[in-house]
Amino acid sequence: MTELLTQGLGEVTRWELPDLQYRYLLPLFVLFGMAVVSVLVEAFVPRAARRTVQLFLVFGTLIAAFILVAGLSGIRSLAGGGSIAVDGPALFLQGTILVLAIMAALLIAERDADPAGDAFAARANALPGSEDEREFTRRGWLTTEVWPLFLFSVTGMLIFVSGTDLLILFVGLEVMSLPLYLMAGIARRRRLLSQEAAMKYFLLGAFSSGFFIYGAAMLYGFAGTVDLGGISDAITNQAGPNGLLLAGVVLLSVGLLFKVAAVPFHQWAPDVYQGSPTPITSFMASCVKVAAFGALLRIMYVALGGLRWDWVPAFWIIAILTMLVGTVLALTQTDIKRMLAYSSIAHAGFLLIAVIATSEAGLAAAMFYLLAYGVSTIGAFGVVTLVRDSTGEATHLSSWAGLGKRSPWVAGTFAVFLLSFAGIPLTGGFIGKFAVFEAGYASGAGWLIVVAVILSATAAFFYGRVIVIMFFTDPQEDGPTVVVPSAFTAIAIASGLAMTVVLGVFPQPFLDLAEKASIFVR
Amino acid sequence: MTTEHYVVLSAILFSIGVFGVLIRRNAIVVFMSVELMLNAANLAFVAFARQHGNLTGQTIAFFVMVVAAAEVVVGLAILVTIYRTRRSASVDEPNLLKY
Repeated sequence: MTELLTQGLGEVTRWELPDLQYRYLLPLFVLFGMAVVSVLVEAFVPRAARRTVQLFLVFGTLIAAFILVAGLSGIRSLAGGGSIAVDGPALFLQGTILVLAIMAALLIAERDADPAGDAFAARANALPGSEDEREFTRRGWLTTEVWPLFLFSVTGMLIFVSGTDLLILFVGLEVMSLPLYLMAGIARRRRLLSQEAAMKYFLLGAFSSGFFIYGAAMLYGFAGTVDLGGISDAITNQAGPNGLLLAGVVLLSVGLLFKVAAVPFHQWAPDVYQGSPTPITSFMASCVKVAAFGALLRIMYVALGGLRWDWVPAFWIIAILTMLVGTVLALTQTDIKRMLAYSSIAHAGFLLIAVIATSEAGLAAAMFYLLAYGVSTIGAFGVVTLVRDSTGEATHLSSWAGLGKRSPWVAGTFAVFLLSFAGIPLTGGFIGKFAVFEAGYASGAGWLIVVAVILSATAAFFYGRVIVIMFFTDPQEDGPTVVVPSAFTAIAIASGLAMTVVLGVFPQPFLDLAEKASIFVR
Repeated sequence: MTTEHYVVLSAILFSIGVFGVLIRRNAIVVFMSVELMLNAANLAFVAFARQHGNLTGQTIAFFVMVVAAAEVVVGLAILVTIYRTRRSASVDEPNLLKY
């Protein structure tokens, strides 16, 4: 121990401050700083003004961060003492996350859809059904605390897609997840469901991060470093199989596959997606998926690319199971949010094909797919927030019967999102699936693509079923009504629709951008 | 005592944590098991830092402790809310979300 300490102290005297390259880290600093300011707003700004102040702050910050990220485009470098990558995939995915976060923030900001107020409890700590709760609701209090949580979570996502060592990735993972656990539990309506979702999400999320960090410890034991490039070098130089390496890869993959909701680590997703407030579900289903796949791609491509032949067979099985379970169970769902949750599990399976491809084309395809899937997801959940009856959102599939006859525009918009999920041509989802399948085929995963195409066709059946229910059945007598939202939700849904169509009809600029951005720095 | 002993101990602690999460029914105990998993990782990090002769592992242990503390804050907030609503901290009882 002593020699280690003296060695450490000896180094301190000669130790130079690493060049952090603040310019490259600026988007992260802006987000983190503004998240802290947002906490201060909660503490010092009078209750009546808080919502307005928070809205200006959050949208200003997200747009500023997007501009800063866009300004870095074309740069390939390491920043922050080598632990943050500023490269194509990081910047593309950060931009995607920020666009999706702006759309999700529009849904979160909505206050007119529900006559009682926004989607969040007046006070999260008041007991459901208690006198306190009614009093806080009567006073019209809002849980504006959701905004600082939201900003912290977005910051974590940006770190998670750009971290180049396992420690930074772990910190990013937690900064992303911890606020989400809380945001899942503060719904205004059906609060017991919401709290249950928060508990399940928290316990399983913490469980998976335990796997992640223990896997990181094993890889550190193997390589003597947590740097992804260093681990890759150690794998190249190793002689023969190594127990620590094997354990590390397995545990790390389990932790990441939990986050992307791949089978058999998917059980939390349907419950959490159903129980959380719908705007938060849209945020989780889109942004978390992008961030988790960003980190999974980086770790698998950069650190474990040399072990490709060892982990690819396991990922084949997981990809097939994920597509199969997601598709089959989505067929049997009667709740629209649950159905979208299983659909997002199936999409995780399709995306895993791009991970298996381990090629530049696979990376570009995955990034395009994530963008197309994300905008459609937020739009679809946005529509779910509008279909309401007296108890809140009417999420049972039967109550959506005949929606197309009463509100053709809303039902038509939802149908476009479903067609994009199904991968029908002229939508972003088709181009994304096509690109992923092409990259998978080029990498030699022919049979996997056959399975994926068959399951994709099966999936089209349950998306079609919802369209049939909406357009070709008669409305219920006491069915739900479609509320007229404020501009917030309207803009979110409209931009989701516009981007879904644009990505389907004019995909080339976006495909080119993804292709140019498809090399990891190390 | 070589590093191997510490790593084996940390693997045992990690396994106890995993089994605790899988078989215990009280949310607080499940949560404590998760903390055990994180601390098992800490032990492994520190042991490997000694073996490799660099300080990375020791530094990471501090980060993991901070993250664990943050997790306690968030986790207990959620569990206390559930307990006040249901008067129980069982992970089986909240079962409204299914199928």
